[in-house]
Amino acid sequence: MTDQKDTPAFIEVRSLSKHFGDFVAVDSVNLQINKGELFSILGGSGCGKTTLLRMLAGFEVPTSGQIFLDGVDVTNQPPYERPVNMMFQSYAIFPHMSVEKNIAYGLQKDRLPKSEIDERVQDMLRLVQMESFASRKPGQLSGGQRQRVALARALVKNPKVLLLDEPLAALDKKLREHTQFELMNIQDKLGITFIVVTHDQEEAMILSTRIAVMENGRFEQIGRPKEVYEFPKNRFVADFIGTINMFEGVLQGVRNGKVIVASDECGSSLNVICDDPPTPGSDVCVAVRPEKIYISQNRPDNSEDTCLPGIIEDLGYFGNISLYRIRLETGKIVQVSAQNRQRTIDRTLEWDDEIFISWRPRSAVLLTK
Amino acid sequence: MKANSRFIISMLSFGYAFLYIPLISVVIYSFNDSRLATVWGGFSTRWYGELLRNEQVTSALFLSLKVGISAATLATLFGTMAGMALARFGRFRSRNLFTGLVMSPMVMPEVITGLALLLLFVSLQQLTGWPGQRGFGTITIAHTTFSMAYVAIIVQSRLAAMDESLEEAAMDLGGRPFRVMIDITLPLIAPAMLAGWLLAFTLSLDDLVLASFVSGPGGSTLPMLIFSKVKLGVTPDINALATVIMLFVSVGVVVAWRIGLRMQRTND
Amino acid sequence: MNGVSNNRLNETWQRFAVALPYIWLLVFFLAPFVIILKISVADPVLALPPVTPLIGDSGQLQMTADNYVFLLTDKLYAITYLRSLMMAALATLLCLAIGFPIAYGIARSKPSTRSVLLLLIILPFWISFLLRVYAWMGLLNNYGVINNFLVWTGITSQPLQMMYTDFAIYVGLVYSYLPFMILPLYATLERMDLNLVEAAQDLGARPSEAFWNITWPLARPGVIAGCLLVFIPATGEYVIPYLLGGPESLLIGRVLFDEFFANRDWPLASAVAVVLLFLVVIPIVILQRNQARDAEQLA
Repeated sequence: MTDQKDTPAFIEVRSLSKHFGDFVAVDSVNLQINKGELFSILGGSGCGKTTLLRMLAGFEVPTSGQIFLDGVDVTNQPPYERPVNMMFQSYAIFPHMSVEKNIAYGLQKDRLPKSEIDERVQDMLRLVQMESFASRKPGQLSGGQRQRVALARALVKNPKVLLLDEPLAALDKKLREHTQFELMNIQDKLGITFIVVTHDQEEAMILSTRIAVMENGRFEQIGRPKEVYEFPKNRFVADFIGTINMFEGVLQGVRNGKVIVASDECGSSLNVICDDPPTPGSDVCVAVRPEKIYISQNRPDNSEDTCLPGIIEDLGYFGNISLYRIRLETGKIVQVSAQNRQRTIDRTLEWDDEIFISWRPRSAVLLTK
Repeated sequence: MKANSRFIISMLSFGYAFLYIPLISVVIYSFNDSRLATVWGGFSTRWYGELLRNEQVTSALFLSLKVGISAATLATLFGTMAGMALARFGRFRSRNLFTGLVMSPMVMPEVITGLALLLLFVSLQQLTGWPGQRGFGTITIAHTTFSMAYVAIIVQSRLAAMDESLEEAAMDLGGRPFRVMIDITLPLIAPAMLAGWLLAFTLSLDDLVLASFVSGPGGSTLPMLIFSKVKLGVTPDINALATVIMLFVSVGVVVAWRIGLRMQRTND
Repeated sequence: MNGVSNNRLNETWQRFAVALPYIWLLVFFLAPFVIILKISVADPVLALPPVTPLIGDSGQLQMTADNYVFLLTDKLYAITYLRSLMMAALATLLCLAIGFPIAYGIARSKPSTRSVLLLLIILPFWISFLLRVYAWMGLLNNYGVINNFLVWTGITSQPLQMMYTDFAIYVGLVYSYLPFMILPLYATLERMDLNLVEAAQDLGARPSEAFWNITWPLARPGVIAGCLLVFIPATGEYVIPYLLGGPESLLIGRVLFDEFFANRDWPLASAVAVVLLFLVVIPIVILQRNQARDAEQLA
């Protein structure tokens, strides 16, 4: 985010807050989004993400703070004057208008000439591949088709920013995967800035250029998907995005650029590489993703790695991968996932097998907050 | 939406004032000592006392209550059957005629229904000798016919909102259709049936036109009695009677409403 | 499959449950209308009942169109029908104009306030219709509450003649039927997805445009239902014009009543009813068909 110092951000949110009575939905957040980004706001229900989106759209008046769009203060602009369009979670397609009329509605409100409206509606119908459904009523469309109409209706006005509220939540799994890529393609083609609100971390990871993880009205971390996944800033983000094993412990000291953490939870000390370690004696947490952990029947001989003995408590076969739940001697359960590279019917590892788990020093993350 | 909401709030205030000011003025004037209903002659409760001693009023009230209870009960019975038939029995022969028959008493102008029923009773009497005297029986029949439509609609919409899989689950667990109806469907629509009964009862107590047509000499319901008095103008004893009725109805409705709210809360 | 959702009535109790209300309605609702039709083509006689039988003594069919001819040629009846329809239509429009903002306000209020507001709309509906009309007699009278107030404040020196005028009838009609307009309107407005209005505004519609483009067309089923619930009973209304209207305010409900009871002209009263039926029922059938079709499309 260093490059944003010289070029002002396309969207800038300055200490924006929204209170509903005593409840603080959004707690003075700051945010900069660049032109052409596909930015996701990720969080559980009630974290304030929808309120933030509704303030960006103009449906909620902020209690304090400002919103700048392309250098213009839009904080007090009503929704019908903002160059921002929204795709609603419920899609909010006008049930009494045909697909065509739905898409044309926004252009009609701009008092554009009829020929231009027709042309732009046709272009949009083509873009979302709904040409043959132009005169259908929304009641006759499937969920996926409604989603396309909602998208086309919001995009046809050529907004500076498109806001998407849980754009894929109403679709089934297969359709969701397909639509994700379609959304990315359309965004790429039009170059419009997208802001997506979602509770689905997988969706956020695949779609976004950057993700903001939100909790209790504040951003816990803002970064590229890889950053957020591989270098979570704190326990909340680590736990919220994907699955992770966390070992609480006390920092003992630093040796050879590696931090040594004594953890009662796993009954031994753990080595982690950390560039900016806290002072010895502080409470820390060592976090390791399941796919970063190896599982073996014999103790591996690399002394640099962390290695712990355990017993297979449970295992699940998922086709592409297998998931293991390993019980350490201390009773702590560790999750491990392994690729099923061999094509075989026999299982090499079984319930109650005594095994060793290990990971490289670089695979773990040291969390202080 | 801001400029809009000021308009909405003033319309709401106007609407509620419009609805309640006439009722409140009746209550106030019922405590007027003066015989001239429009001139204030000091506070008094004497008209309430006279009301109790008026035998005409008590006998008309008794007839109204008797008709109301009988008609509401019959209407609930038939209306529930009709509502279940419409919501759950699927397509049966002459369903369209059945639906039309169930719904139309609701939209028919009262004068037409009243006239039609009276002509039926007269013809029946000519043919069979029944009904010998028009009164309790004929009014009850008229009110049942008219109010079962309301019960049917309440029951039907309750059933439509209810998950049919509850009944299917009961059948899956071995319940015969009739048992399922008794064990599952009826308890679930009981609130709707109660609401229907109350509505039918109120409609019956309220009705003037149907009763005026189908009642014979001597059989005067409370609205008929009030109408005959009101024709002559505003009188203080009617003010008192109106106040008593309003008080009973308001208490009943508010209590029913609170029970309904509590039931809703426990169900959620 | 032998289920509740079965398409045939193969359970005895199901057949019974259909048959009982069915027979009741055939006897006490459909049959009376056949009798009305029959009597409307009879001649009045001095007898009990005061009509000629359909089959004469010598077995000949006794039918006459005299009553209908009379209704259609007598100018007074045409005017009365027209006046009834116009008054009912205007009262319906007034109810709509007053009821829509109220229903909208209730539907958009907080859920806790909403149930109280709704209760206050429903409450007068449970209080006797007759007494509610009666309450206005005390208000509109020459020596009534409103006139006393106007004279007392000096706005007028003489009491205004409000009682026994068409104005009083309109007040009575709107007052009595307003809840019937508000409740169906409220039901449709409450169910409406608020996101739709927001979506319209998001696409550039000002609040008033969003109302006319989105809220109003989507509220149409409620508008139609409310209008029917007001218009039909208002057309045949008897009590309100009798108590609040002047003696010269001829409306069809009252004419029917008087024809039957005062003049004992049963055939003419029946013919009046039949014509009213066709004036009112046919529009309903058409409107309801349209509404059902709309509802299907919106579903």
